[in-house]
This record gives sequence, C-alpha cells and structure tokens, in this order.
Amino acid sequence: MRKFRTYNEVDHSTESELLEQVVEHRARLARRLAGVGTVVAVASGKGGVGKSAVTANLAAVLAQRGHGVGVVDADLNGPSLARMLGVRGQALQDREDGVVPPRGAAGVPVISMELLQGAEDAPLRWRDPGTDTFVWQSTMETTALREFLADVAWGELDYLLVDVPPGTDKIARILELVPDLPAALVVTTPSEMSRSVVARSLRLLADAGVPSVALVANMTDYLCPGCGDRHPLFPGEGAAELAAASGVPIWARVPFDPRLAQETDAGRPWVLEAPDGDVARAFGELADGLEALGEETP
Amino acid sequence: MKFLCLGCDEVMAFAERQVPGDGTMAAVFVCGECGREMAMLTNPMETQMVSSLGVKVGGRTVPAQPMEGVRTSLEGGRDDAFVEGEVDSGAAGGRSPGASSGSDGGPPAAAPPPGPVEWSPEAVERLGRVPSFVRGMVKRIYTDYARERSIRVITPEVMDTARSDLGLEGM
Repeated sequence: MRKFRTYNEVDHSTESELLEQVVEHRARLARRLAGVGTVVAVASGKGGVGKSAVTANLAAVLAQRGHGVGVVDADLNGPSLARMLGVRGQALQDREDGVVPPRGAAGVPVISMELLQGAEDAPLRWRDPGTDTFVWQSTMETTALREFLADVAWGELDYLLVDVPPGTDKIARILELVPDLPAALVVTTPSEMSRSVVARSLRLLADAGVPSVALVANMTDYLCPGCGDRHPLFPGEGAAELAAASGVPIWARVPFDPRLAQETDAGRPWVLEAPDGDVARAFGELADGLEALGEETP
Repeated sequence: MKFLCLGCDEVMAFAERQVPGDGTMAAVFVCGECGREMAMLTNPMETQMVSSLGVKVGGRTVPAQPMEGVRTSLEGGRDDAFVEGEVDSGAAGGRSPGASSGSDGGPPAAAPPPGPVEWSPEAVERLGRVPSFVRGMVKRIYTDYARERSIRVITPEVMDTARSDLGLEGM
C-alpha cells in the first residue's frame, strides 16, 4: 500500500494563501480590539431573561459616567439593540477604515443586524447555493460577527458590550473570536429553569478561563402598585443558589419594572428616564463592578 | 488542503482561479517539477463555504473591504443602510479616535497614491445600477484600481478591465 506523508510533513506552500488570510482576519480583529479597554460579553444561555435590555441600560449608564462605550448586537437572528438605543433605520457611514455606526441613546454607537436588513420582519438569510444551507450558515454567522467586531471603526473605547444571543454555543462563538475575553456578565432570573441553563453558561465561561464573571439577577421582585410592598416575581432563589454553587458574585439585582421594557423597547433606556429609581440604582451597581475591574487592571 | 504530484512527490502550487458559473469555482494547481496541471472544481455549496470564511483561494486581488462578507452575502440588505463617510469624520468611540493608526487600528496600510479620480457619466450611471448595499465598497475598489494605475477617469471600459484584472465576478 502506498504510504503518504501527513499534511504537516509536506511543508511546501501551495500558494493558495488560505491560511494566511485566516491569520490576517484574526490579526485584524486583534488590532481593532486593541483600542478597546474591556470587552464585556452580556450573556445568559437562556432566552427571555432581559439580556438586551440589560445591555442597553448598562451602556447608557456607563456613557453617562463619561466612558467610551460601544455595543455589538451579536443576536443576528433576533436583533433588538438598534431599536433599544433609538437608532433603528439610521445609516452606517461607509469608510475605508471601517464602518461607523450610528450613535444612539447617551451617544452610544451600536452595530446590529437591524441596521442592515430591509424589512423589519425579515428572517436572517444568506445568499445560498440552494443545498445544505445548514452546513455553512453557522460559518457565515461567525464571519458576520467577526466583521461586527473587526470592521467597525470603534476608535478608542473603555467598554465594548457584546449582547450574546441565547444558547451556550453562542457564548462559545464569542470565545472563539475573543479568546482572551476579559469579562462576562451572566443575566439570570430567579426561576428554576433559568438557573439550570445559566449554570451551564457559568461552567463554560469558567472552563474558558474568563477572569471576571458576574451574575445579574434580573426581575428579582416587583413593587405592588396596590399595597406598595415588594414581592418576588418568580418562586425560588435561583440567582442566589447559582452564586453559592459557582462562587460567581451577583453584582446587581434588577427589580421588575414594566417601564424598563416599555421604554427601552421604544429606544429610551429606562435608566435615562428615571435616573433616581431603583432600576437605575441597580444598573449603577453593575457599572460600579465594571469600573472596579478597570481599577484592578494594572 | 495540499495537492501532491505523486510522480514528483512535489506539492502542486496554486496557479489560477476562475468562477465559470453555476456556483462553481475552479482552482488550477500546477506541479513545479513536471508542469502537470490539475483543476479543482467546487460545487456551489463548497464555493459558498469558502466564501463564508471570508477568504479567496489563491489570495486576494484587492484588500478586504469593511463588512465585505455581510454585504456580499446577506439577502434583503437595506437599500439605505450605508452612506458614504468622510475619512476624517471620526470613529465611533467616545474617546479619541486613534487618528494615527491604519484602517483597522493597525499600522498605516499601503495606500494608493493620492490623486483625483473622476467618473464619467456613463460609469456613474453603471455604478448606480450596483445595489446601494454594496455600492460604496465597489466604488472604492474601482477608485483604488484607477489610482494605482494613474487612470484619471473611470469609464465603463475601465470598469470592465478592472473586473477582469481583479477577478471581481459579479461587481
């Protein structure tokens, strides 16, 4: 039988330059992110826990404190951050040195698939060869996300918040693009279902060695308009149990307030509308946590 | 992937790429020892797979454009998603935009020599038929091509030559 050498044993270049281009993609991304102080993934693993609203409101608070903040809406199939930051329908500037995204609430620039797609109800579709779409669709989405990070002229930022869609595989995708991810905020609700899914995300982030991971307990309780007392929104103490089991701290407990969703969905992050309220206070604590990270970094 | 000429035990080198149609990509490799040629043909799915990685077999003929993958592959892109931006209009960031760095924050890239490049009315009309989602990117490629060759006026003929020279199928 004929004996072949392995791929690596055959060391001559084919001159196809494929590997060189992939390496250049990574270098381009690294150069772009060199101007960013801290990339922060806002993730969960679980859908419907309020990640995007947390991202929009946290970005607004940080910007109001004078930080340079940018937002990447990594939820390509269910984008919402252009709307939440009030820039849906606005154009991106097309420049040789990168795409300049519109600035939304509190002057926060945001890149989102919402800014690129024509119809509001259009599902994300790529030009395809008609067969085996599933084989390369994930690759195309990773390419799109890489371009969101690397091809936007972010300039110098203190924080780049990346809103990661549901699914632990989507967290893994971010880790592949930003392998030295410095920080992740994991959003959860007190519900048991949220707890079990979010635990997987915490495990993934721990295995990846992300140095700073914190929990955001969203929708912890609500203020009864009738009696004025606070009541839990969900049974159970999921966030506290997660924190105890994982050793990951809870940086903020965000109370349920329907106006948070209503106003943020309308492009007005609630922390800007009610800066002295309980919700804004919780987001202030979250921002404190991120600022403390910056102080720890030499 | 590598192609080995079994007779010579030599790695065959990339020689030419073509996109003949039907989603096929043809990449020609040649043995530097005996001159034997072979063509690798990809089916549409394989062609798309390579494209979705943002790479081109044989290397790029023009620099990667910002968000090129999304702009050339997204179905139903918004017509008015992009407007032409000024180079010195500032980056997105809240702090200083890092004016001394290159296009992606790296060292300054080798740029085409400066010089005015005009577009003939016929070329403008033809450029206008390019979907606006990718028009700015396409315009920049043709303009750089003209600058590099000291062409002062871009005409439809120049566009045809550029397409052929640069392998810009579909642009």
